[in-house]
Amino acid sequence: MSEPATTAPATTPPVTTTVDVNGHPCRVWTKGKGPKLGFLAGLGGLPRWLPFLDRLAESRTVVAPSLPGYPGATGHSELDTHLDWVLAVRQIVDKAGLAGADLVGASVGGAFAAEMAAIFPGNVGKLVLIAPFGLFDDKEPAADPWAQRKDALPGLMCAEAANWNELVAPPDGANSVEWPIEMTRASEAAARAFWPLGNTRLEKRLGLIEAPTLILWGERDGVLPPSYAARFASGINGSTRVENIANAGHLAYLDQPDAVARAVLKHFA
Amino acid sequence: MKLMWFHLMPYTELPEDFNQKHPSVWVDIHSSLFDPKRAHHMYNDFMDELEYAAELGYDAICVNEHHSNGYGLMPSPNLIASSLARRTTDTALCVMGNSLALYNPPTRVAEEFAMIDCISGGRLIAGFPVGSPMDTCYAYGQNPSLLRERYLEAHDLVKKAWTHKDTFAFNGRYNQQRYVNIWPRPIQNDPHPPIWIPGGGSVETWRWCAEMDYVYCYLSYYGYKAGLTTMQGFWNEMEKLGKDRNPYRAGFLQFVGVAESRQQALDLYTEPAEYFYGRCLHVDARFATPPGYTTEATQRAGIQSMVSKAANTASYSSKLSLKATNMKDIVDGGYVIIGSPDEVVEQIRHVATSLNVGHLMLLLQYGNMSKDTTKYNTRLFAEKVMPKVKDLFGEWEDKWWPRPMADRAAVPAFRPHVAAAE
Repeated sequence: MSEPATTAPATTPPVTTTVDVNGHPCRVWTKGKGPKLGFLAGLGGLPRWLPFLDRLAESRTVVAPSLPGYPGATGHSELDTHLDWVLAVRQIVDKAGLAGADLVGASVGGAFAAEMAAIFPGNVGKLVLIAPFGLFDDKEPAADPWAQRKDALPGLMCAEAANWNELVAPPDGANSVEWPIEMTRASEAAARAFWPLGNTRLEKRLGLIEAPTLILWGERDGVLPPSYAARFASGINGSTRVENIANAGHLAYLDQPDAVARAVLKHFA
Repeated sequence: MKLMWFHLMPYTELPEDFNQKHPSVWVDIHSSLFDPKRAHHMYNDFMDELEYAAELGYDAICVNEHHSNGYGLMPSPNLIASSLARRTTDTALCVMGNSLALYNPPTRVAEEFAMIDCISGGRLIAGFPVGSPMDTCYAYGQNPSLLRERYLEAHDLVKKAWTHKDTFAFNGRYNQQRYVNIWPRPIQNDPHPPIWIPGGGSVETWRWCAEMDYVYCYLSYYGYKAGLTTMQGFWNEMEKLGKDRNPYRAGFLQFVGVAESRQQALDLYTEPAEYFYGRCLHVDARFATPPGYTTEATQRAGIQSMVSKAANTASYSSKLSLKATNMKDIVDGGYVIIGSPDEVVEQIRHVATSLNVGHLMLLLQYGNMSKDTTKYNTRLFAEKVMPKVKDLFGEWEDKWWPRPMADRAAVPAFRPHVAAAE
């Protein structure tokens, strides 16, 4: 790990380093000042740095590792079981210097953040879960993010479809062959861990979470019903609070970066 | 060349407004559209048709596997094949095939195929498709990111189960079995029943078929014109790998409608063809591209190169976009070959030679074609077309055809009145 920059003007890019997991490189982005805060991104991963992370970086050192298969990282094809995934995430968290730090996880990354807090309680400070995967309720089934027509997907991911389109749009100079393959790979990595229902039986382990936990949910989440927040809150052993984010969809940090960052920073203060 | 008679077993009574009222013929097609009492007649008609084709001398009768599918009523083709094994005597039985990753444990496939091979006296062709996204990832919930690895491992397990003489432990990445020792075992044991691989246009599949010495089958519904690039890609790859151009390395699916004249063919086959290409292929695009189903190498080829054209044509999403649904376009596009017997002869010879395909799988029943029309099509083809195309590729040896045992059991005719009297 290289040392993160000490000042963080909004326009500067994050520092990029790489950690090795099972022989595959995983990108780690670091930016900001103050105590470390880890971020495990949701569906689509981090094809680009986000305004949401800049808000956090104003007062915290944001460390955002890419999980295997998501943009900036490979190695998802080594991971066959849920245990494989959990141990890969544990290695990434440790190697990115996040052991003991506060942790934010969203969507698919939220399920793994919850696993870290449940299985390795000493390794996680405070916890924020933004619409995490991991549960499935027959009465209120989650939508299938891997069975969507192309034009329907952006509106499923975000309250404002444009926010998803902006996330995945190829940046200037992107390789026109590899970029779409990377975006598909991110979707595959999520599918590999969460196909078909998103249910990793996380419910069995929620009781092991002792970390004070803030649960954030976009009011207009089209993937995971906001009612799932109560199931997480009642399952988690530590203190929990649920906050709904207005005008936000599944990836609430793309729709409402300021509101989500404010809630995160307040919880970690 | 070999002429094989293929049945998809489509549900023949989807309503006229099906496409307007229902999003998909596959995966989430509504149960209210399925009438089991009508299906009783459909199954029996379809099996009559397969048996009829066997009587008329087609080289093989073929069945395949689909799930939650309004145009394919065979979740288990093995059930149909086992019945056909008892009602036919000489025809090869082509099960095209069992999607290996869907069977747990995969030795189930080794067992059932061995049963069919034993019952039929060694007439089985064992097809091993990966399976479509709709069948495998959606209807059967398989993880698209693991599907191909599981498929390849299941293949290794099945083949070893057929060929290994002693009980063995299989220590796979996805399958672990302490005692693998299938009973029964296939008659075709030198080394095993012929293995055919239906696949899209991926270079990896072509290479694998060449390496394993399997038949590659391109089972497109879009006929010889759309299939040309794929088959050229296949043969170019064979040449690169130093393989000969033995046409029996390949299989190809083609819809045909033959009648006394082209006009009569149009009169007979327009409705069933438009039913098939309209209603039966009305598949919701959201079920076409589960992430990970298409390998990155194939995606890359699809974006980059000339082979891409083949790969693109073979991908499910682009198949769905072809979408000609009226008879003129269907015929102009080569999806269905129609005409008088001589016109069909000419086209079949062209298909076989231009694609260099020795195993032609014919769809002579499609959509809502009635049993009478199907039998007419089947008989006319057998009598007036088959004799004029059989000579093709006579110089090549088909090394991938079943080798039945010599003294096969006589199957007595079914006589219900005798059974009733006993």
